[in-house]
Amino acid sequence: MTVLEPAATSSPHPAATLSLPDSTLAELHELVSRYPQGRSALLPMLHLVQSVEGCVTARGIEVCADILEITAAEVSAVATFYTMYKRRPVGDYHVGVCTNTLCAVMGGDAIMDRLKSHLDVGNDETTDDGRITLEHVECNAACDYAPVVMVNWEFFDNQTPESAVRLVDDLRAGVEVQATRGARICNWREAERVLAGFPDDRADEGPAAGPASLAGLRLARARNWQAPDPDATDETTRASVDSAGSQVDAAERADTSRGESEAKIDQSPADTAESAKPSPDADEETAGKDA
Amino acid sequence: MVDTLTPVLSDNWDQDRAWRLSAYERSGGYAALRKALGEKQDDLIQLVKDSQLRGRGGAGFPTGMKWGFIPQGDGKPHYLVVNADESEPGTCKDIPLMLASPHTLIEGAIISAYAIRANFAFIYVRGEVLHVVRRLQRAVQECYLAGHLGNDIHGSGYDLDLVIHAGAGAYICGEETALLDSLEGRRGQPRLRPPFPAVAGLYASPTVINNVESIASVPCIVNFGADWFASMGTEKSKGMTLYSLSGHVVGPGQYEAPLGITLRELLELSGGVRPGHQLKFWTPGGSSTPILTAEHLDVPLDYEAVAAAGSMLGTKALQIFDETTCVVRAVLRWTEFYKHESCGKCTPCREGTWWLVQTLQRLEDGEGTESDLDMLLDLCDNILGRSFCALGDGATSPITSSIEFFRDEYIAHLTHGGCPFDPQAATLFPEPARLSGATAVTSGAGV
Repeated sequence: MTVLEPAATSSPHPAATLSLPDSTLAELHELVSRYPQGRSALLPMLHLVQSVEGCVTARGIEVCADILEITAAEVSAVATFYTMYKRRPVGDYHVGVCTNTLCAVMGGDAIMDRLKSHLDVGNDETTDDGRITLEHVECNAACDYAPVVMVNWEFFDNQTPESAVRLVDDLRAGVEVQATRGARICNWREAERVLAGFPDDRADEGPAAGPASLAGLRLARARNWQAPDPDATDETTRASVDSAGSQVDAAERADTSRGESEAKIDQSPADTAESAKPSPDADEETAGKDA
Repeated sequence: MVDTLTPVLSDNWDQDRAWRLSAYERSGGYAALRKALGEKQDDLIQLVKDSQLRGRGGAGFPTGMKWGFIPQGDGKPHYLVVNADESEPGTCKDIPLMLASPHTLIEGAIISAYAIRANFAFIYVRGEVLHVVRRLQRAVQECYLAGHLGNDIHGSGYDLDLVIHAGAGAYICGEETALLDSLEGRRGQPRLRPPFPAVAGLYASPTVINNVESIASVPCIVNFGADWFASMGTEKSKGMTLYSLSGHVVGPGQYEAPLGITLRELLELSGGVRPGHQLKFWTPGGSSTPILTAEHLDVPLDYEAVAAAGSMLGTKALQIFDETTCVVRAVLRWTEFYKHESCGKCTPCREGTWWLVQTLQRLEDGEGTESDLDMLLDLCDNILGRSFCALGDGATSPITSSIEFFRDEYIAHLTHGGCPFDPQAATLFPEPARLSGATAVTSGAGV
C-alpha cells in the first residue's frame, strides 16, 4: 500500500494524506474481488467512499486509485462524471424533487420552489443544520406517481407542496419516515453503503407495488382478463424463425445500419422503423442506428 | 380472441411479499429455469427467436437474434448484462417490475446467461432507486442459497455468478456501450461500433445486453412456448408488454397488454384524461420519441404502426398532457435534460443541446423571433444522425415534432411577450390548497 505517497504529492489538503479506516479498506478490496476485472468496482467503491466520508473526498479518490492501480486523475474523471457523486458533504437526507417535464408540469416545479423557500436553500445546497440537501433530480422512473420526491433515493409518491414541507419538517425533527414504496428512511450515508453493495436489512419493508403499478392488474382481475391459456396454443405450429429476415440479413443490417440511418435522416421516420432514434434507454441499440 | 389486458410479467405483483423467493416459487417461479437447464443452449436461442420477442428497451431489435450473434466455441468468456438503468423520461416499467418481482428478472437472467453460455452476469441498475437495489440484492442472496445461482446449478454442471451493480446517476448509461464503459469503471461514454458488443463488449468479450423487460419475458416463453407468446400482439410485434400511462389522466399506472393496443383503448380502460380537460399531446415511448396528438389516438401501439405515424414505440411510456400544458415549456424542460445528460463526447450533442436550450428559453420567455424556429430546426438537422449516439438524436425529437404540431403556440409566445399559460393550472393541486398550505407553514415560507 502506498496510499500516503501520491496523496502527499498531489493533494493540497494535509487531511488527504490520511488513509481510510482499515475496515473500509478491507471492504473496498472486497468490492474489487467481486468483479472479473477489478476496475469494474470503481462505481461501487465511490459509493462506499461517500458512505464513509459524506462525499467523494480527495483521500477517497487516492485510496481508490491506489487499490485499482490507476491514477487519481482517472478516478477523479469518473467521480466528476456521475451526478450521484458529491464533492461537498451531503446532509443526512438528500431530498430530490423531480423537475423533469412530466413531474414539473404536474407540480414538481411548485414543490421545488416551496422547498427552496421553506428550507432557505437553493438547488444542491444543504440546510445550516446539516440535515437536508435539496436538489432537483431528473426522471426517476415513477411517472405514474407524479409529482415525485426522492429522499435518499426512496420514493415519495404523489406529492404536493404541503406534503413535501411536512416531509422535510419530519426529517429535520428526527421523526421516523417511511417511503411510499420503500423502507423506513435511513440516512444518506447508510443508503450509499447499500448502493455500494453492502445490503442493510430493509429489503422486506414496504409494499410490493403501489396502486398505480397495480392499476392494469386490478382491472384485468375485475374483468377476468388474462393471458391466453398455454394449453390452448397449438404446439405443433412453431412460428416462423422471425419476421425481420434471416440472421445473416440481420447481421449485415447491423453492420450497415449506422450508414443507413445517416442516409435516411431526410426521410420520414416511418421509413426507419428500426434504424431511427432509439432512446438511450434502448437496450437493443444494436437494432437502432448503430446495431 | 386474446383479452384486452394480459398480465404475465405483472401477474404476481399483488401477491403477499411478491419479492420473496418463496412467493415467486409459489406462483410457479423457477420452473422455467429447471426446464431450460435440461435443454440445449442453441435450442433456447431458437425458442426466443421463434417467440419473436423484440427488445423492450426502446429499439425493438429481435432478442433471440441478438443472442445468436454471440460467437460460440470461441474460448472467450461471455457476459450477460441486464440494462436496468431505466431513466428515459416517462419510462417507469422496469422499476416497478424489479421492486415487486425481482425474481422474474433474475430467473430470466439465469436462463438467458445459460443460453448464451455466459458464466457471469450483471444487472446494471440505476443508483437512484435504493429500494429496488435492496430487493435485487436480497433476491440474489436467496438464489445463491437455493442453488439457482453459483456452481453446478441444480446439478446441471452450469455455473453462474450474478452481480447487482448500482450506477451513479447518468442517463447516458442506458445506452448500451456507455453502460459497458461505466461497468468497466469508466465515464459512461458510448463506444464506436463496430466492434459490436456481441463480439467485443464487456472486457472486449462477447456480451449480450438486454433490457429488464426483455429478459423478464424469457421465463414465460420457456414455460409456455414460443407460439403462446406469439399468439399475442400484431403481425410483427409479438407478445405482451407493459404500457406505462402517466400525466393528466384519471388512472395512471402500468397496463400489461398485447402489443398493438391503442391509446384510445388504454384511456377508456383507465378513466380517460382528467375530468374537464382534453388530450393535447403525448409521447408514445418516452421523451426521445416524437410527440403525437389526439389525431393519433387510434394508432396501434406496436413498433410498426407508431413508426408509420412518425414516432417510435420506444419504451411505451405514454406521457399524457392536457390543454393546460405549455408545449414550449415541456419541450424546453426535456431539452434541458438532454443538455444536462449529454456526455460531452461528440460535438453535435454537447454543443447542440446547449444552443437548443438557449434558443428555446428565449422563445419561452417571449424574447425570440419567428426565425428562431427555423434555427431550432436547423440545429436539430445538424444533431440528428450526426451525433455519436442516440442521445443527441433523441434530443431533437420533442423539438421537431412540437414545432410540426404546435408552431402556432411557439408564435403565441412571441405575440404574447411570454408564456401565455398559467403553470398552476397544469398541476394536480388547486391554487387555494397551495395558499392555505403556505399559511400553515410556520417558518416563513412563502414567496
